[in-house]
Amino acid sequence: MKELICICCPMGCHLQVDDSDKKNIIVTGNTCPRGAKYAKDEVTCPKRVVTSVAAVDGGEINMVSVKTSDSIPKDKMFDALKLLDNISVPAPVEIGQVIVKDVLGLGVDFVATKSVSKQR
Amino acid sequence: MINKNLVIIGGGPAGLAAAKSAYDAGERDIVILERQSELGGILNQCIHNGFGLHTFKEELTGPEYAQRYIVEVQKRNIEYKLDTTVLSISNDKIVTAVNEADGLIKYAAKAIIVACGCRERPRGGINVAGSRCAGIFSAGTAQKLINIDGYMPGKEVVILGSGDIGLIMARRMTFEGAKVKAVVELMPYSSGLNRNIVQCLKDFDIPLLFSHTVVDIKGEGRVSSVVIAQVDERLNPIMSTAQEIKCDTLLLSIGLVPEKELAEKAGVKVSPITGGAIVDESMMTSVEGIFECGNVLHVHDLVDFVSKESEDAGASAAKYIKDGAKSEAKVSIVGADGVRYVVPHYLSKTASLDKLQLKMRVANVFKNKRLVAVLDGEEILSKKKQIVTPGEMESIILTAEQIKKIQSGEKLTLCLKD
Ligand SMILES: Cc1cc2nc3c(=O)[nH]c(=O)nc-3n(C[C@H](O)[C@H](O)[C@H](O)COP(=O)(O)OP(=O)(O)OC[C@H]3O[C@@H](n4cnc5c(N)ncnc54)[C@H](O)[C@@H]3O)c2cc1C
Ligand code: SF4
Repeated sequence: MKELICICCPMGCHLQVDDSDKKNIIVTGNTCPRGAKYAKDEVTCPKRVVTSVAAVDGGEINMVSVKTSDSIPKDKMFDALKLLDNISVPAPVEIGQVIVKDVLGLGVDFVATKSVSKQR
Repeated sequence: MINKNLVIIGGGPAGLAAAKSAYDAGERDIVILERQSELGGILNQCIHNGFGLHTFKEELTGPEYAQRYIVEVQKRNIEYKLDTTVLSISNDKIVTAVNEADGLIKYAAKAIIVACGCRERPRGGINVAGSRCAGIFSAGTAQKLINIDGYMPGKEVVILGSGDIGLIMARRMTFEGAKVKAVVELMPYSSGLNRNIVQCLKDFDIPLLFSHTVVDIKGEGRVSSVVIAQVDERLNPIMSTAQEIKCDTLLLSIGLVPEKELAEKAGVKVSPITGGAIVDESMMTSVEGIFECGNVLHVHDLVDFVSKESEDAGASAAKYIKDGAKSEAKVSIVGADGVRYVVPHYLSKTASLDKLQLKMRVANVFKNKRLVAVLDGEEILSKKKQIVTPGEMESIILTAEQIKKIQSGEKLTLCLKD
């Protein structure tokens, strides 16, 4: 039995999830069906889009913001973030530009979420 | 003195959306004045995702959302000046600004849109005793240091305040290798979004302590610990519950206050509740030709609503430049019984509108209530609400028919009923 808070709307229902039978996960405490779907995804494979920054070399500002192009498993977040630690992207950087390709072999890239021009 | 039809102060999401829609309503003589060196406002440092669900039906990061509007402004060749700070505006609509290249600039404007956002409440805004040492930051300052400048403010962190900025920063500091020891919230509830509590705290087992506050800050030179304690119903600390937490950094996320001073000095009437101007349905303030929108008007939690409101302000300003204003009778719109405020504060009796969004905040967490609109004693509209919280702005969209009816009355009251 797991306890979750549904994040799909401001009600924030407290959900109880019985996942002892992976093929028949039972959700209670939800006020609407969205809560049940959320809970099932959350106990089978919780995923998150990860956002952070990477250093820019010779840019107008020091850092460029990045995100994973799709959500990745929650337990891979910190390993993914480590890939950003020791890189330095040469300016200019274009929004959408791939910063780290195929993060941890997950088929997802880190892409820039803003443009950074060269230092004037 | 430069003549300009429309001067927009602030190049954040509010200023950008206002410029775009003023242009689309036919106005061509526009300038945006922005004191930072790039357009986009606070969104540039909000690198997390979750923006734009309403407007674009996808989850964008802050900079990506800003970029969508920057592109629209550039496509229309709307003039903007960066690194330019507005010093004052007057009630006859003279805008005085300064930048390095031009020195002092004066614009004689036909209309002004004030879209300069809000700032964080500083340490003086709360009563925390203790030493004045380094290591105390507002959450937004820490956000800018990490996300724009690439500088990490500390390693062991306590955050006071569980609004969205505090929650987002708990995750951000954790991602950058810091240990967030606790988020401390004075109230028995969070004013932040549930999804942020789950994704920013629960994901990382960061404790959230409700009804607690920081009572002392210790350290010489740099923060070495903070003392926290539980509070009673009247929010007074119960000293017997005090505990010391070792940390080198305290982040304050204790609320935002509108940058109201510019408009106020021009004679604009300010609401003591929102801290922003008192406006009618066109977002015009008490001074003819001066409009306000975005976070300077009232603090929004969703940027989508900022964009929408500002588009309305831009279109109204363009219309005002063309047609002038008609001084006319107005219906006043107020909040009562649990509704703290409603924006706009007035509705002109002759305005012809096909819809109107009323935005409001409640004073507390309420369950199973009805949000009711009462026109001069008669209930004209009611909306069931399973839950309302001070952290989430409520809104009602009025239809043309309802607007007509309201225009025949004197006073519209929004309140919560069983
Ligand atoms: C930390 C944080 C997290 C957020 N998270 C979310 C989220 O997840 N989802 C969401 O939808 N919304 C979120 N928001 C809300 C959203 O970002 C704001 O509502 C929005 O940015 C407000 O837009 P604005 O244009 O009114 O203000 P701002 O973005 O603050 O822009 C105001 C601009 O005016 C300029 N300015 C001010 N004074 C002057 C002057 N005197 N002269 C010239 N220029 C001036 C400033 O430099 C600034 O660029 C968040 C906000 C913050 C602070
Ligand atoms: S279960 Fe439904 S009602 Fe409850 S929080 Fe989730 S989405 Fe909202």
